[in-house]
Parts: sequence; C-alpha cells; structure tokens
Amino acid sequence: MTDKIVPQSGHTVPTVFTRDMLDWLPWLEPMDAEKMSQHHLDSLIDASRVKSPYFRLLARDPDVLAARTRTDKDIFYNPEAGLPRAERELAAAATSRLNGCIYCASVHARFAATYSKRVPEVEKLLAEGTGADLDKRWNAIVAASVALTSTPITFGPAHVDALRAEGLDDEAIIDVISAASFFNWANRLMLSLGEPTPAAA
Amino acid sequence: MVADVIDTLAGIAPGSKLDTARNRRTVARQQAQASYLSLFRPKSMGGVSAQERCAVACFVTGLHGQPQAEAFYGQGLTEAGGSAALKAAISLAVAAGKTQGPYGAYPKGPLSVEDTTGLVYKVAPDVALALGRRLVAAFEHTHMLVFHPRDAAAPSLQSLLDAGWTTDDIVTLSQLVAFLAFQIRVVAGLRVLATKM
Repeated sequence: MTDKIVPQSGHTVPTVFTRDMLDWLPWLEPMDAEKMSQHHLDSLIDASRVKSPYFRLLARDPDVLAARTRTDKDIFYNPEAGLPRAERELAAAATSRLNGCIYCASVHARFAATYSKRVPEVEKLLAEGTGADLDKRWNAIVAASVALTSTPITFGPAHVDALRAEGLDDEAIIDVISAASFFNWANRLMLSLGEPTPAAA
Repeated sequence: MVADVIDTLAGIAPGSKLDTARNRRTVARQQAQASYLSLFRPKSMGGVSAQERCAVACFVTGLHGQPQAEAFYGQGLTEAGGSAALKAAISLAVAAGKTQGPYGAYPKGPLSVEDTTGLVYKVAPDVALALGRRLVAAFEHTHMLVFHPRDAAAPSLQSLLDAGWTTDDIVTLSQLVAFLAFQIRVVAGLRVLATKM
C-alpha cells in the first residue's frame, strides 16, 4: 500500500469568514497533470482547472467529477428564469456559512457581493452567521438554505410561503433548493479533502 | 434506462407542474442523474464494490431519516448481495449515529466561540464484526461528513488509508456521501414544494 496523506505544513489557515481570495491545500495526492488521460482531462470540463489541486484530486473519479461540474454550472450559471444569480450565490454562501466551509463561503460571498452590489449585507452574513438580519427577501432565502442544510432537514411549507411572499415563483424556489443542496455536496468535499490558506500575494 | 431517481423519490409525475418547472434546468436535472449513475452504476466499480457503495448509502439515508431514500438504497443493497446480517448492522449503526447537525470546531481564533460539540461516532464492536474493517472506517468517516464536516482533518483520511482505502477509493467515497447529501436535500425540498403548487 503506497497511498499517503500529503503533509501540509508552514502555511496559515484563515480563522474568520472572509471575501478574500483563498487557496486550498489537499490532504491527498491530486493526479499528476502530466499523467492524466484524455478521459481525466475531459472530466475537468474547463481545461484551466488542471491547475487546481482540488479538481485534479477529484479527477481520480472522472465520471462523477464531470457530472458534478455540469450540475453545478447549470444550477448557478443558467440565466434562464428562476432566481437572479446573486441570490443563488447567497444561498450557496449561507449554506457554506452554516456548514463552516470558510473556503466555499469566501468564493460565493464574493460572487454574491459582485452580482448584488450589496457588500454590507454579505459582510454581515459572514460576520454574524446565518441569523444575521439582512432584509426580508434575503432572510427568507437564508432561512430556507439553513433549513435545507440542517440534518435532519427542517425545510417545510412555511419556508415556501416566506419565499413566495417575497416574490419567488416555482422556478426561483427550485433554484434556492438546488443551490443550497448543491453546496451541501461541495462543502463536504472541500472541508474533508484539504484545507484553505490565504492566497499567495 | 434508469428512471430519474430524484423524480422517483420526490414522487414527481411526468407532465406535472413540478416536472415542467424542473425542466427549466434540464442540464442540472440530467447531470444529477448522471452523478447517481456514475456512483451507483459506474462503468467500472474500481476499488469500491457495489455492496460498499450501497451500504454507505443506506447509512447516509438512514442518518438523514429519509424513508423513501432509505428504501431505495436498501433495495440497491439487496441487489448487490447485501446479507440480512449486514442490513441489521446498518440499522444498528443508524440508530446509534442519529443526531443533529451541522456541528463542529473551527480553527482556533475568533470563530472558536461558534464551536459546537456533538457525537463523535465510533462503530460498536458487534456492528463492526458484520461491517468489516473497510466499512467500519468508512462509516466513521461518513458520520463526520454527514453531521460535522468541519471537523474533518487529515487523521480521518489516515484511518481510511489504514483500513485499505486507496486515494482513488477515498475520492469515490467522499463524492458518494457528499452527492447523497445533495440528492436527499433536493428530494426533501421538492416534496415540500409539491404540496404548495
């Protein structure tokens, strides 16, 4: 048996939630980019992801990675109908805040702030957590994300009512469900296969 | 052709309002199913057997208390040759492991005030006998992923390596547990939405 933990030392880990750029250090050996087959490379979907140790580690099971990535992109990037991008990102950031994934929260808080241009509210979510009072609509989206993220799941009819009251239609509510659920997938990978560190300047 | 698992578990009928609404994200819908297929009906099982995959899925769905999903993956375990003794052991593991999440600790610092403690699940000796060494390590890791993922650290992965899981196997196991955390939540969410349409 030759597989080993990748020793990571000499780095600092972030101790607060932040919108700053972070890097991610794997605890298991990613694939060697030079030794990846076409099948492995194709599983990255974006060729530039070959630079990412996270995606080169997940490429060890290429079919799952490819399907995971295509699911991710359609939930978050498909511009047709549903929830505005900023609020899909809000659901991702709130989910990551509750699960405690500092890395995922940093990325999606940045996106939420960029697309909504509501930096103070996003900062408040990061600083205070998912109980932060943002506004009625954002509170409803965060509460729905929290209920879906809790185990056992506590999402119920009252969450749907609160989202409807804030103008979300069926497609938008499905986007909230999908975005929060997807980050319950992403957070578990990011948290358990490596750790964040401040990005190299 | 394997029926869409999310539709099956959420009870979404073809042509229903929810079916139509789900189709606004056709790619996400198809690729969630492709994710299921690549984990449970892959071209090659690699180092993780069908029985291991289904046993872990039964544990994850049981811990979430989602009866439809539990029954679905229980059927999968039967088809993969899971014995009655294995199923009984998984039921005991679920009963012993059920708790409320997410909890866990942060790196020491300002967030430490938010640290919450909870069950650190260890497989009981009688259950361990039926599960075998690899599944014992997998279940202990899986419990952490389900309820307190922020406690995950290199030593958890070392336990898997020590029990005979390779790096490739651990990636597959991690994807399987994390994917189920997604699938179970989509199903739970859509079931609620269906009652309000």
